[in-house]
Amino acid sequence: MTEHRMFAPRRERYEREQVITAVVFLLPALVVLGVFVIYPIVAAGQISLTSWNGFDPVKEFIGFDNYARLFSDPEFWNSLLVTCVYAVGVCLLSVATGLTIALLLDAPLRGRGFYRGIYFLPAVTSSVAAAIVWKYMLDPAGFVNGVLALVGIEGPDWLQDRWLALGALTALTVWKNLGFNAILYLTALQALPQGVFEAAQLDGAGFWHRLRHLTIPLLAPMTFFVVVQALITSFQAFDLVYVLTGGGPQGGTEVLGMLMYREAFRLGDFGYGTAIAFVTLALVLGVSLVNWRASGAGRSSLR
Amino acid sequence: MRRSTRLNLVRHLVLIAGSAVVVVPFLWMFTTALQSRAETYTNTSILPTSWHWENFAQAWEAAPFGQYYLNSIVMSAGIVTGHLVLDALAAYAFARLRFPFRNTLFVVLLAALMIPTFVTIIPAYAIVADLGWIDTYWGLIVPRLADVFGIILLRQFFASIPVELEDAARIDGCSRVGTFFRVIVPLSRPAFATLAIFSFLFAWNDFLWPLLVTNTDEVRTIQIGLASFVGRYGTSWNYLMAGTLTATIPSIVVFLFFQRALVRGIATTGLKD
Repeated sequence: MTEHRMFAPRRERYEREQVITAVVFLLPALVVLGVFVIYPIVAAGQISLTSWNGFDPVKEFIGFDNYARLFSDPEFWNSLLVTCVYAVGVCLLSVATGLTIALLLDAPLRGRGFYRGIYFLPAVTSSVAAAIVWKYMLDPAGFVNGVLALVGIEGPDWLQDRWLALGALTALTVWKNLGFNAILYLTALQALPQGVFEAAQLDGAGFWHRLRHLTIPLLAPMTFFVVVQALITSFQAFDLVYVLTGGGPQGGTEVLGMLMYREAFRLGDFGYGTAIAFVTLALVLGVSLVNWRASGAGRSSLR
Repeated sequence: MRRSTRLNLVRHLVLIAGSAVVVVPFLWMFTTALQSRAETYTNTSILPTSWHWENFAQAWEAAPFGQYYLNSIVMSAGIVTGHLVLDALAAYAFARLRFPFRNTLFVVLLAALMIPTFVTIIPAYAIVADLGWIDTYWGLIVPRLADVFGIILLRQFFASIPVELEDAARIDGCSRVGTFFRVIVPLSRPAFATLAIFSFLFAWNDFLWPLLVTNTDEVRTIQIGLASFVGRYGTSWNYLMAGTLTATIPSIVVFLFFQRALVRGIATTGLKD
């Protein structure tokens, strides 16, 4: 009896009919997400502590050996370097190009919708298609070197040089995400208080002055968002790399995603592959945290 | 006035130059798809000297693009339907119903959204393998029938619909499930449209998951088919571009038709692939 009374007030707070409906409505989505998203997060932690080829029923527990192995694996260090250079490049160029296009489109310009549509086109194209076309354009006999030949320059074999290939991959990524970044910045620009700009203009502040002292600081929350997004997407890059270079030449574009794919699905080392995935996770979380802490603007934007 | 006209001219020039950079790869894809094979090696002009429309038919013969296409359609349709139904039901529960652990559950889902796919993909693959779903439509579709992004998107939209509308319907004798289908769903068409477009584009363009769970042409999607075509027919650039173009057309058509909903979705959710 006392037990019953103890729980009675709780039961009253929820209507039976609502709870039942909620369970029925939630169940299908939660089963799918639980089995294929939530549970795998836990399972991944366990797999990363085993040596497992993905098929054996037995997963041999080896503690932190996979993580220790990362430290002495030159391929991992190469991959980490490649990923970081790539991520920083993508980040800087995403902010620069996205902001430039957004500033241009912010003016009451004829054909704005048309430009917006054009810039967005690469974003809806699949990574595979985009990478295939770029691969062809960067071919020694392709479009890029054809254009260079017109001005008398003999173009290099872009995808056969370590750093050129990484640069090409960076450019492709920025090209593909240009529309997203421009629209994000454009939305932020249009939400800025116009009065401040008019006042500054009356005080005689020129375009560059307003850009430096008003627009860019006021856009800081959006820049924070664009930077974090760019870093997160580049840490997780796979499709573009797989098709454009396959990680080559000589590991020059082997980002962490490629390394994980190769170790797990080509070489059958699921334990090691999962450990690499966790390093990616640590990078993503670390970047979000550092960026969030460092940027006061970021903090206020999240509130 | 004169100054601003000149300024606008500069703006247009920069925007046009930028557009050219963006569009050239598409033009290049299109014209190469129509060139003869010999011409793809010696091309100096962007336009083909003769138009080879038969490249499309020949590319479709060189690889089972028809089958790939069908597989992509089946997979995308399945995933879009799943998102519209499963996400909507869950979103309604989160937006309107009071039940134990509602907030905890929602926070768990939000946290899961921040975990990179890489972390979950190996165990998810192992589960699909255990279920015997490798190389089946089940393996392509079922693991992605629901997604957290859709739940959040629809929940926000449902929450913005006045509760009074539902109350009125309930007073008139409509059941809770009835109000969901007769009040909420019809009013949420724009949100459903946005979700459907995003889900379609993600599903159609997805690569890693279909790459892992398919081994044969019977279930391979167009993206995987294309990627393997690069390896096998890498030197037949004209066929390759014909294939790439056919794979890209559905995304571009969807984009052109639903541009407004898509842009609105990005602006409001900050979503990025």
